Amino acid sequence: MAKIKPSKGAPYARILGVGGYRPTRVVPNEVILETIDSSDEWIRSRSGIETRHWASPEETVAAMSVEASGKAIADAGIEAAQIGAVVVSTVSHFSQTPAIATEIADRLGTDKAAAFDISAGCAGFGYGLTLAKGMVVEGSAEYVLVIGVERLSDLTDLEDRATAFLFGDGAGAVVVGPAKEPAIGPTVWGSEGDKSQTIKQTVSWDRFRSGDVSGLPVAADGTIKFPAITQEGQAVFRWAVFEMAKVAQQALDAAGITADDLDVFIPHQANVRIIDSMVKTLKLPEHVTVARDIRTTGNTSAASIPLAMERLLATGEAKSGDTALVIGFGAGLVYAATVVTLP
Amino acid sequence: MAATQEEIVAGLADIVNEIAGIPVEDVKLDKSFTDDLDVDSLSMVEVVVAAEERFDVKIPDEDVKNLKTVGDATDYILKHQA
Repeated sequence: MAKIKPSKGAPYARILGVGGYRPTRVVPNEVILETIDSSDEWIRSRSGIETRHWASPEETVAAMSVEASGKAIADAGIEAAQIGAVVVSTVSHFSQTPAIATEIADRLGTDKAAAFDISAGCAGFGYGLTLAKGMVVEGSAEYVLVIGVERLSDLTDLEDRATAFLFGDGAGAVVVGPAKEPAIGPTVWGSEGDKSQTIKQTVSWDRFRSGDVSGLPVAADGTIKFPAITQEGQAVFRWAVFEMAKVAQQALDAAGITADDLDVFIPHQANVRIIDSMVKTLKLPEHVTVARDIRTTGNTSAASIPLAMERLLATGEAKSGDTALVIGFGAGLVYAATVVTLP
Repeated sequence: MAATQEEIVAGLADIVNEIAGIPVEDVKLDKSFTDDLDVDSLSMVEVVVAAEERFDVKIPDEDVKNLKTVGDATDYILKHQA
């Protein structure tokens, strides 16, 4: 039997750089109120959202990703050619074949980096980060680019008063590379497929194409409404706050730290009420900085954690070397939590 | 030992006070959580989870929407408590 040479990776991995891109167009609640019967006060009190960004036709999934990634690569102090793999998490890229990651890898100037997309909803960033850490430590890539990117405005029913105000567009990216000390803790992740119907697309693509309107939301012209993301608000809220607080605690335990050791908490930016309740349930100490980027960015699914991380670092609310707990959770239902050292 | 109707109302009053800041004396059987007590749909979930812990009862998501008043919640807990 031939002897196979083992791969050689780095002892540990860390996030070396972060970058974000928010579309130019800022959309205030007043615009949302043109199509739903609600109020600015109601939207703010239920979600915390004041404004969100919606992408223009030119701000494609690839274009936003390239912008965010360029900043992350510069922040990491490396060259695009050093990147060995590009992982893109998205649910709102409308061409399934080929993966959008390959175009992004090419436009960034990588040297034929491995590139693929993943679908893990709002936990996508944590899933991508976990894959990246594995690649760096296992040795299949020295540097990995992880991108969370969404154009959720394309999957929003503007006439649904429960979700019309919720979603935004944007891209966030991090570069993961080798480290001498542990800087990404063990990931606590999983799925609960028995709750798969609590957050979902209103209509599957094949059913939409069939044109059979029976039992489905109908547009003004009598055809099936374009697919949008819908959710069971109360069920999702309960799961996100109380079940995810347990997962967050498990991630702290797995990293061998307590809430007192944390500097920053960056949960998926789903809803400020979920964030506030999680903070309360987790009994986070006063000194922990909590990301509430949702107020001006909306819920950007897989992009929300890197976007919030980038903003906290840019505003000085968090600093390089801080210890942060990140947790993503969403459609699947899926979740991923880990403790990281900020770049 | 199972809680009495009086104990449940008092417990719910504490919970609603803690979550929505409503004075405990305002929490009465005929009060609607949303219309009278300023408990919106998301706060209602927090009230339900707190009530589950306090009264050792399970209140599934599909039943939460039927609990319109303090009386509805009290009856539910009386019937389902362990």
